Amino acid sequence: MKPYTMDFDVKARDFSSAGESSSKFRKTLLMLSIPSDIVRRASIAAYEAEMNIVIHSYGGKMHFEIYSDKIVIIADDTGPGIKDLELAMKEGYSTAPKEVIEMGFGAGMGLPNMKRNVDNMEVVNHDESGTKIVMTINF
Amino acid sequence: MYFHSVTLDKDRCKGCTNCIKRCPTEAIRVRDGKAKIIKEKCIDCGECVRVCPYHAKVVVTDDISMMENYKYKIVLPAPSLYGQFKDMTIGDILASLQSCGFDEVFEVAYAADIVSYITRNIVKTKDYKRPIISSACPAIVRLIQQRFPSLMDNILDIMPPVEVAGKIARDEAKKKTGLKDEEIGVFFVSPCAAKVTSVKNPIGIEKSYIDGVFSMRDVYSMILDKRKFVEKKIDHISSMIGVGWANAGGESYGTSLENCLFVDGIQNVIGVLEDIELGKLDDIDFFEGLACVGGCVGGPLTVANNFVARNRIMKLKEKLNKDEVTKKYIEVDFNEFMLNVKLKKSDVLNLDEDIDKAIDMMNSIDEIYKSLPGLDCGSCGSPGCRALAEDIVKGFASEYDCIFKLKDRIKILAEEINKLSIKIPPVIGSDKEVKH
Repeated sequence: MKPYTMDFDVKARDFSSAGESSSKFRKTLLMLSIPSDIVRRASIAAYEAEMNIVIHSYGGKMHFEIYSDKIVIIADDTGPGIKDLELAMKEGYSTAPKEVIEMGFGAGMGLPNMKRNVDNMEVVNHDESGTKIVMTINF
Repeated sequence: MYFHSVTLDKDRCKGCTNCIKRCPTEAIRVRDGKAKIIKEKCIDCGECVRVCPYHAKVVVTDDISMMENYKYKIVLPAPSLYGQFKDMTIGDILASLQSCGFDEVFEVAYAADIVSYITRNIVKTKDYKRPIISSACPAIVRLIQQRFPSLMDNILDIMPPVEVAGKIARDEAKKKTGLKDEEIGVFFVSPCAAKVTSVKNPIGIEKSYIDGVFSMRDVYSMILDKRKFVEKKIDHISSMIGVGWANAGGESYGTSLENCLFVDGIQNVIGVLEDIELGKLDDIDFFEGLACVGGCVGGPLTVANNFVARNRIMKLKEKLNKDEVTKKYIEVDFNEFMLNVKLKKSDVLNLDEDIDKAIDMMNSIDEIYKSLPGLDCGSCGSPGCRALAEDIVKGFASEYDCIFKLKDRIKILAEEINKLSIKIPPVIGSDKEVKH
């Protein structure tokens, strides 16, 4: 079966429209009869990934694929990557700049929260060229 | 079975597009020159009632004369009624209201005191998911069932003050008068459509304790008529907490929880519910969302301007005690006032229950949406281009309902007709040589 796909450009440091793509993704999941706990988990994972692009990257893309038995979320940005992936996966570890933390973001929960809400998370790339994360939720 | 308080007065409706664009659940379409409310989607929030310039959206309430069918008549005024009158104390209002033909007045504000009291105690013992979401505004509860089903577990499972008032007043009247249940009439004076609907289609309980719901507008003029003739006052028993429920934030204040958030206006509530679902507001203990701006004082059946009414409520509150509800009702078993019917999720947003089929439909919607002008003008009768694309795929509308698509198509056909009309049949004349 052909999946339903959605693509969004995400701008770096654009906090006013941050979260928009996750919000549209969430509404789509409801329309597609996806069970409500899956909707919640997928929305959280998407939102955290989108916020990571806004906070840390030079800009990127969110890509969603919805199948009848799984959801794939791909966050792909243009850098600067993640220096120490193992540390970044720890709750509370944050490399967000001071001004972002002052805005209430970058609490160091992004990656752990994404991992907790999906069935499989793979960091495909995290060198200086950019970060690409592929997440899957099965149902 | 759906009962809706919000309905259309066909004669008044001009078929304009004001309501379809303002409806928060996209529940209205214009068809055959008249607005049509999709009953499965409507949550009775009353936005369309406020926005219609022709007053064609009507809130159906019960006729006051229905109280004649009962031997003993009890009226339950919503706290917001207290904010409707200039220079009238709560005692004046209650006395005038009772003199409209009722045997007894029971304040919903007092029931709100009880609900606040229960809330304060129950949150200490029961392990609720945070934030706890208020169940007081029925339009918001219905919104959650439709758009935020994963938050249904967060909803506070205490009956709303109007039902608590109805239950206590009815039980006491039965004891006092010895009359049967069906001989006692309990009537609620409502500020909004959503509460009318929730009496007819109860949320979280089997059957409502209320027999009829009167519009605050109707009761308002009756009270003004009676006020000159009423000398005695009624001692009201509600505290500043219960009366405060009329305004947004009143219920939050009554919980005594440290970190409460109250939000009024349905679009604002939708935005915050999205944040709650994303787990962004897990530091909040209690969330009070109200569909109307200002809270219940902003209800579509109120008379006074909501800002003026809010101010009056604040002034009235200043004169009241911060009562701790020390009266007899506290001894009542909490369990009597809990919701006992599990809330059901609404499937109305689903394109199809089969996910594969829904995905197919979604792809078709995208395809059609791309071909539409994207003006969201509403001339097709749907709230926007995306909604039209959805309606087309569901089979409720056609591509040429869009006047721009229609115009383009006519242009192409006209050009074709024009081309054909210049053509001369060869038997009449031709510039072409005949070759063999």
